[in-house]
Amino acid sequence: MSLVLIIFSVLSAITLATAFLTIFSKNPIHSAIYLVICFFSIAGHYLLLNAQFLAIVHVIVYSGAIMILFLFTIMLMNLNEQREVHRPRITRLGAIVSFCLICLVLIAIFINSKPIVGEYTTTGEDYQSIKVLGKVLLNEYMVPFEFASILLLVAMIGAVLLSKKEKLEK
Amino acid sequence: MDSTFIIEKSVVIVTVFALTMLMAMYSTWAERKVAAWLQDRVGPNRAGPMGLFQPLADGLKLFAKEEFEPNTPNRFLFFVGPAIAMSTALMTSAVIPWGDRLHLFGRDILLQATDLNIGLLYFFGVVSVGIYGIMIGGWASNNKFSLIGSVRAASQMVSYEIAMGLSIIALLMMTGTLSLKEISVQQAGMDWNVFYQPLSFIIFLICAFAEANRTPFDLPECETELIGGYHTEYSSMKMGFFLFAEYANMFISSTLLAVLFFGGYNYPGMSWAVENWGVNIANIIGFGALFVKLCGFIFFFMWVRWTIPRFRYDQLMHLGWKILIPLSIINIVITGIVILRADLAAFLGL
Repeated sequence: MSLVLIIFSVLSAITLATAFLTIFSKNPIHSAIYLVICFFSIAGHYLLLNAQFLAIVHVIVYSGAIMILFLFTIMLMNLNEQREVHRPRITRLGAIVSFCLICLVLIAIFINSKPIVGEYTTTGEDYQSIKVLGKVLLNEYMVPFEFASILLLVAMIGAVLLSKKEKLEK
Repeated sequence: MDSTFIIEKSVVIVTVFALTMLMAMYSTWAERKVAAWLQDRVGPNRAGPMGLFQPLADGLKLFAKEEFEPNTPNRFLFFVGPAIAMSTALMTSAVIPWGDRLHLFGRDILLQATDLNIGLLYFFGVVSVGIYGIMIGGWASNNKFSLIGSVRAASQMVSYEIAMGLSIIALLMMTGTLSLKEISVQQAGMDWNVFYQPLSFIIFLICAFAEANRTPFDLPECETELIGGYHTEYSSMKMGFFLFAEYANMFISSTLLAVLFFGGYNYPGMSWAVENWGVNIANIIGFGALFVKLCGFIFFFMWVRWTIPRFRYDQLMHLGWKILIPLSIINIVITGIVILRADLAAFLGL
C-alpha cells in the first residue's frame, strides 16, 4: 500500500466519521466542532490532489463561516435546556418526502453521469498557480463566475435587510 | 528526497521555532521594560542583570503553580483550547523568508522553512484557525465572563480579517504573487511597498492589532469588565500558553508587516554587499535588517498599548465594518486604475 493511499484512507475515515458525528451529537457546539474537523480533512483531500490554493481557500472560507455558526449557536440557541423539540407530524412527513426527492435526484445524476477522466489532456500549465487559475476563471468561465458573485451579493444584501429593524410607522 | 535536504530543512525549522519562542519570551520582558520606561518606572530588575532572566522566572512560576480546573462538562475541549492557540501561533512562521540564502558546506540553504506558492494565503488560513483556540477554550470554561470574552474575540477577528484580506488585495495586484519570497525579492534596495501602498499598510497595521488582541482592541480580555476575558478560568501553564500565543502572534504580525511593506530582509546596498563581501555576510546583515525592522514594529505595538485607551465595543465594530472595509475597497479601485492607466487612456481615446 502506498503512502498516498494510507493518507487517503485515514483522511476519508476522519471525514466520514466527523460528518456523521456532526449530525448525531446532541450538543450544537460539539456539532460545529466536528464540522470544522470534517472540513479540514476535506482540505487535506485537496492537498492530496495537489491543489494547494483550493485547500487553503477552503480552510479560510469555512473556518470563518463556521466561526459565525458558532457565534449564532451560542447567541441564538438556549444551550441550557437540552430537550427534544416536538415537531408536528406534517413537518416530519415533509422532511421525509423532501429527503426522498433529493435521493431521487442524486440517483438520477449518478446513473446518467459519464466518466470524463479519459478526456483530460495535459496542457503543461501549472494549475496550482493563482495566475493561471485567475486567467481560466475570468476568460473561459467569465459568465458563471460573475453569476456566482451576483448570487453572493444578493445573499449579503438579503442578510443585511433581514437583520435591520423595521421602522414603526406612525 | 535526499537526507541532506531533510536535515537542512529540519535545522531551519527548529531554528525558526526556537527564534519564535525566544522572541515571545523576551517580548514579555520588553513589554514590562517599555511600560516602565513610558510610565517613568524602573521595571523588572531583580532576576539577572536588567531583569533579563525575568521570562525564565515567570515560566518557572507558571509551571510550578497549582493546576486548577473549573467544573466543566467539556474537560477535553478545555485542554484543547490553549493547545490550538499555541500551535497555530507557531505554525505561521513557516512561510516567512528570514533571508535570501546562505552558502554553507557547498550548497545553498534557503532561509525559509518552505516557499509556498500561496504563502500569504497560508498565513491567513492559519490565523483564521487560531480563533478556534480562544473560542473553544472560552466556551469550555463554563464561565459567563470567559464566554463573553471569547465571543468578543471571535467576532472581532472575523470582522477585521475581512478588512485585512481586502487591504492585502491591493498589494497583490501590484506584486502579482502570493509568495512571500517573491514579494521580498521584488522590494530589493529601497523599493519598499509602503511607499506605493501607504493606505494598505495602515489598514493592515490596524487589523494586525485587532487580530493579535492588542490594545486598543483588547476587549476580549479587558479586566475592568470581564475579569480576565477568555482565559479567566485558566491557571498555571495553560494560561501561560494563551499569553505566550498572544506574544508569538505579535511577533509574527510584526515580521509579516516588515516583509510585506518594509522590504523584508532587503537593505540599501545589499547587491553591493553580495558582490564585495560574499553571500553569507550579506545575508546575515539582511537577517539583522529584518530583525531590526520587526523589533521596531514590536516596540510600536507596545508603545500603542501604553498610550491609547481601549475602544468601546460598538466603536470597534464601527471602525472595522464602516471605515476600514470601504477604505480598503477604495484602495483596490485606485490601485486598479493606476495599474491599467495606459489601457484606460487608450480606451478613452486620450
